[in-house]
Amino acid sequence: MMHGAVDGVDADAIIIGSGPGGAAVAHALTQAGWSVILLEKGQNHLLSLQAPFAPLGHFSNDEIKFTQRHFLGPDPLLEPRTFRRSSEDGDHLLTGEVNNLPSTLGGGGVHADGKLSRFREIDFQLRSELGPVEGADIADWPLSYADLEPYYAEAEKLVGVAGEETNPFAAWRSGPFPMPPGADMFGAQMSSAAAERAGLHPYRAPTGVNSVEYQGRPACNNCGFCAFYGCPIEAKGDPVSMLRAALATGRCQIIPLAYATEITTDPAKNRATGVRYLDLSVAPNTQGEAPVRELRAHHLVLAGGAFETPRLLLRNELGNSSGRVGRHLMFHFQTLVVGAFRERLWGASRGRSVTHLHDDHIDGDQASRAAAQAAGLPWIRGGIVEHGSSTGPVNEALLQGAGAHHPLAMRNSELRERLWVFTMQGEDLSQQTNRVDLDPTVRDAWGLPAGRVTYQPHQHELVTSNHVAPILEGVLRDAGAVWTAASTSPPVGDHAGTSPLGLAPATYHIMGTAKMGFDPLNSVVDPTGRLWDLPNVIIADSSVFPTSAGYGPTLTLVALATRAARLLTGNPLAQSQPT
Amino acid sequence: MQTGLTPTQTLSLIALMNKLVPGDDLSPAAGDSGGAEYVNMLLTAFDYDPPHIWAGGPFSGRHGGAASFENWLELGPWEILAWKSRIEDLNNQYHAGLDSLGPELAEISDEFRELVFTHACEALYGDPVYGGNREMSGWLAIDYRGDSQPSGYSDQEVSAP
Repeated sequence: MMHGAVDGVDADAIIIGSGPGGAAVAHALTQAGWSVILLEKGQNHLLSLQAPFAPLGHFSNDEIKFTQRHFLGPDPLLEPRTFRRSSEDGDHLLTGEVNNLPSTLGGGGVHADGKLSRFREIDFQLRSELGPVEGADIADWPLSYADLEPYYAEAEKLVGVAGEETNPFAAWRSGPFPMPPGADMFGAQMSSAAAERAGLHPYRAPTGVNSVEYQGRPACNNCGFCAFYGCPIEAKGDPVSMLRAALATGRCQIIPLAYATEITTDPAKNRATGVRYLDLSVAPNTQGEAPVRELRAHHLVLAGGAFETPRLLLRNELGNSSGRVGRHLMFHFQTLVVGAFRERLWGASRGRSVTHLHDDHIDGDQASRAAAQAAGLPWIRGGIVEHGSSTGPVNEALLQGAGAHHPLAMRNSELRERLWVFTMQGEDLSQQTNRVDLDPTVRDAWGLPAGRVTYQPHQHELVTSNHVAPILEGVLRDAGAVWTAASTSPPVGDHAGTSPLGLAPATYHIMGTAKMGFDPLNSVVDPTGRLWDLPNVIIADSSVFPTSAGYGPTLTLVALATRAARLLTGNPLAQSQPT
Repeated sequence: MQTGLTPTQTLSLIALMNKLVPGDDLSPAAGDSGGAEYVNMLLTAFDYDPPHIWAGGPFSGRHGGAASFENWLELGPWEILAWKSRIEDLNNQYHAGLDSLGPELAEISDEFRELVFTHACEALYGDPVYGGNREMSGWLAIDYRGDSQPSGYSDQEVSAP
């Protein structure tokens, strides 16, 4: 029992979800002397919960376990999700795996390859700087880059980010990266050189993977099992570093296999009083039910991610006086451009999955402005382009298909060892109609309504993708590709149904379903992350993002979560200055 | 619940896998490389404790460190339910599909063909601990090292292989 029990609660705060946001809050609150209980729906494969909190050793270089057998969860047989493009698809088009970010201790941080970019100044002021777009909800964030910079710097130190200040488009920084970048992948050097010849500005990706020993964790040894895998040697810092530090205070209790289902409140529903959860660590009873446990706390932190957080609020009919919970769902609209090369690139078997990025398509140039104008749009914005390649031989074999061609195709490995991939994480404009809500008919193993995604891209995303894809194909051809091809996720057009990535967005970047704002009439949380309707509840995940930007969300959500926790404890960081 | 394959079904599965993922002078066929053993291990996963669903970690021992892949990981109570249900369904599909195969292996539904192809790929190119990829023949044919921890690769091997 935590020390908070003395005043009728089990802890000062209960955190639901142990991914990067929940881990950041656990770290910040425990450092401030608060007691926390962290509930995680999934299994603990990450670290011992007893001092010295050593790695459990469950992670390995194992394609079967990680990509074929739901090791990191969620298992779609237990937790199905549904997808439809619009109500014209009926209740749902797909049932099963939809945006299945890991449900395990550490959440999405476990499987990510850790590209940890900051947003830029303009990303927080998009409406003021660029203006509205018809059919979309372009909003300024209720805070500026300068407000968040000290928390970005703290997040980079907590996780351990390796990088260098060579991106000409990056926002200002108050200090250097904690570590220098790691080894350049062979293929990335080739694609970066070609990008430079095209007038682009590639740079080494800021990555939450150790390039040197950092805070007791070793340098990455380039095993090649990075994206979609847990790290066997703990060279990836997110979120194990924050969780271990929180545990080391003695004020953090982690409960895995705890599925939070109900937020308890006072009778007037003005304050949360705690949580009821299903204890999934014991076998179901004869009725097939899990036992219900209850915990009480002064504060509640929702950090289950932009899919599960709105699902919990909607199920509890809380926090939704604005009617915006679940709405404004954003992914990143992915433009995938691949090139096949004669030489072996080693991209899929050695290194950190992605070591180089370029940002040139975010703000664009004269040609992108012309493309926008031709489409009747005031502006278009793309996203970071990742230079990489990452798939194992099992997944290549599935793509190669059955038949007599198979053995030679696998030896030639055009879809793995000789393939290079540009993935643009394109900015996805916020639309009220894109949402997470409760499926009317599909339920999970515990009888609770499944979460449902309703999503289709705005014209902006399609125009941007159509503009950028030929540029990227040209870069790969100049680099020596013998053939190139472009596609998107989600797929669009007549052949969408044949996409190997499926009809639903394949990206794990999900944002916006409980957005932050100045006005309780059109936002879910205030500028500090508190629910307008229940001010002792904080949301500490990417649900709160008003816009998606064109960068991965993780570092920004860790910075926001840290800021929210520090404001809660009256311990904010001082404003910072550029160095 | 009927688990595992009969000898006749095993021979049929090997032949079908060899047809879907054939070999040549330089590469083994999926069935000949342990494909049926892979499927049989999955279909009988709960004959073992812990079940043979998730191999252990962190290292295979092939590149240093203590070999630990055979220290299979425990499933949670609800994960056990899900996997028992999935495996029961797989058993039913395999028994029905293999028992109805004609002599030319032609009497096969698209769904069963996809299932066998998927498992053939997993068997041939997954870690040998799962029963396939006999003596790493699938990996050797495509010049793939497989796991590499804890030795990994040097920076030189990444940047200038």
